Amino acid sequence: MSLGQQSPGKDVLAGASPAGPGDRQADAPGPAAGGTSMPSTGVHYTGRRRFEFVYFAVRNKKFMLGFTVEVVFVLAAIFGPWLAPYGDQQFVAPPFLHPSIHHLLGTTYFGEDVFSVLLYSLRDSYMVGFLGALFAGLIGLAVGFSAGWRGGFLDEILQMFTNIVIMMPALVLLLVIGAYFKTHSVFFEGVFIGATSWPWVARAVRAQTFTLRDRDFVDLARMSGKRGPSIVIKDIAPNMASYLLLVFILLFAGSMLLAVSYDFLGLGPTNGVSLGDMMNKAELWSGLTLHMWWWFIPPGLVMTLIVAALYISNVGLDEVFNPKLREL
Amino acid sequence: MRRYLTRKLVTYVLAFFVGVTVDWLIPRLVPGDPVAVYVDKFSTLAPGSWTALYKTFAKAFGLNVPLWQQYWQYWDNIFHGNLGVSIYAYPATVRSVILAAVPYTLALLVPAILLSYFLGNRIGAAAARRKLLDNTVLPVGYLFQASPYPWLALAAAFYLGAVTRWFPISGGYSESMVPNWSWSFVVSLAYHWFLPFLTVFLVSFGGWAIGMRNLVIYELETDYARYLRSLGATQHLVRRYAYRNAVLPQLSGLAISLGTVIGGNIVTEEVFQYPGLGHLIYLAVTDQDFFLLQGIFLFIILGVLIANFIIDIVYVMVDPRTRLSMQGAQA
Repeated sequence: MSLGQQSPGKDVLAGASPAGPGDRQADAPGPAAGGTSMPSTGVHYTGRRRFEFVYFAVRNKKFMLGFTVEVVFVLAAIFGPWLAPYGDQQFVAPPFLHPSIHHLLGTTYFGEDVFSVLLYSLRDSYMVGFLGALFAGLIGLAVGFSAGWRGGFLDEILQMFTNIVIMMPALVLLLVIGAYFKTHSVFFEGVFIGATSWPWVARAVRAQTFTLRDRDFVDLARMSGKRGPSIVIKDIAPNMASYLLLVFILLFAGSMLLAVSYDFLGLGPTNGVSLGDMMNKAELWSGLTLHMWWWFIPPGLVMTLIVAALYISNVGLDEVFNPKLREL
Repeated sequence: MRRYLTRKLVTYVLAFFVGVTVDWLIPRLVPGDPVAVYVDKFSTLAPGSWTALYKTFAKAFGLNVPLWQQYWQYWDNIFHGNLGVSIYAYPATVRSVILAAVPYTLALLVPAILLSYFLGNRIGAAAARRKLLDNTVLPVGYLFQASPYPWLALAAAFYLGAVTRWFPISGGYSESMVPNWSWSFVVSLAYHWFLPFLTVFLVSFGGWAIGMRNLVIYELETDYARYLRSLGATQHLVRRYAYRNAVLPQLSGLAISLGTVIGGNIVTEEVFQYPGLGHLIYLAVTDQDFFLLQGIFLFIILGVLIANFIIDIVYVMVDPRTRLSMQGAQA
């Protein structure tokens, strides 16, 4: 299914649950569209075999391509402020300059150096993506594990809750919330994005927990007197670790895309710059009609590359973890 | 089957209830006072008249009664179709402002969603396990899926609008025209409609194509597909079975993707100044027209719920298991 852009919606909704009573939609079989398929659960890897993943990962072209691109941009985000020739809100040159040796990506309507602004923007965009993915992951895991492990009435309630939240259009909800706040911070943006994009994670984790909770090794743990939360964390979660990593990557991409749209509508962080914010300013100050392509094309292109690299490394990792999918 | 539909119905009713409650709650939870914001808009006020005006507004908006009464009143208003008066388009009512914008949004969304879904599924299915096609569909699909809506919209507006001047980049119809049902006006509408439609279409298209490709690959590896092939079935036949199975999760995905597409549509409309709900929501946010904002949120929730319901019905019809159990057979 397609898990979405800007929100998991268009991305891929991963996975599918064979087991479990429940709503048909949630239990659609099959691997997900962005390419996350069922992990091979229930296999305990010993320490030595764990390195097998590294072996296959470095030999997987898709993963290495995505990973390399991602590392370049992450480094640029971390060291951006030192690499940038000028400040992010400094008026350093005449406005409307075309890209040249002195200003690699030209200057804005106000005479800021676009290349420098771009380097500064990466940080906030990554930060929001990370926070959004973190919070969505935490909520999704908590809801999914509780529903899948306890089952019964709690499961019904949590599923109902998940199905309701999944229908709330994230960006619209964020706009309504954002409209009432005078100032916006990166932290709040990340938290709110996380709070709206967890439902598909909860569904997938719940389905996986269902298939795992009746395995022998879980019964054994239960018989040995371990408590529920401990079994979930120590016995069940490690068995879907590879899957959770893929989920986190997709959440990261989804949060970043949602943040771009949000920032583009002018509700981004009040102090600081982000990629969506750059495009917002370019649009507001008629960058389009003035043909200042160097102002709005690079930020979106960078975001596209970042997200595409995440998707592609996600597919690559999927093949690494899932031998069935490896290139024939 | 009945249990399935009852659950669905309960979910929708609850979702509507939650949506309305959230819509009502947010302005009351968030720090700050919307009424004060309105009163502050009158910049030249005699001292002392601020409080008087504040009280009048609070009374006019029904904010001078206990919370539970406000909540009840809110529901009552919704069922009477009364969403208040817009500040941005004063004295028009919120309902009339929204209803004027809805056709534009639907004209963008419905064709973009349906066309991207059908074409994406077809092309994605065709690309699965076919080296040459796959090598083009996969990268192109990922690029479209990964591109942020505002950027794709800006890029399309820049190249196809500002540079080549093939398409207009602003508005829903030519500014020199008054809406009417003449031929030239309809042409102008279609002309202005194309670029925003293309943007929303392309992003969704990438997602569907990739999703379908992966699902068909998965289906082609299943036992029933292997069995079919060992019986000597043609590739074409095996693929047809794979497609019909892969389409089910895609259909569930369609329901889930609605929120994202709607979000993308808002941004796209804003880039093209297209007079739909997305542009309206932007105006409501920038003008702090909270009644309009509440109304739009309500409308979108209602739209999403209706669309979900339609998809549910289609799912039941497409999936032979549920279709059979509908007809009384035991599936």
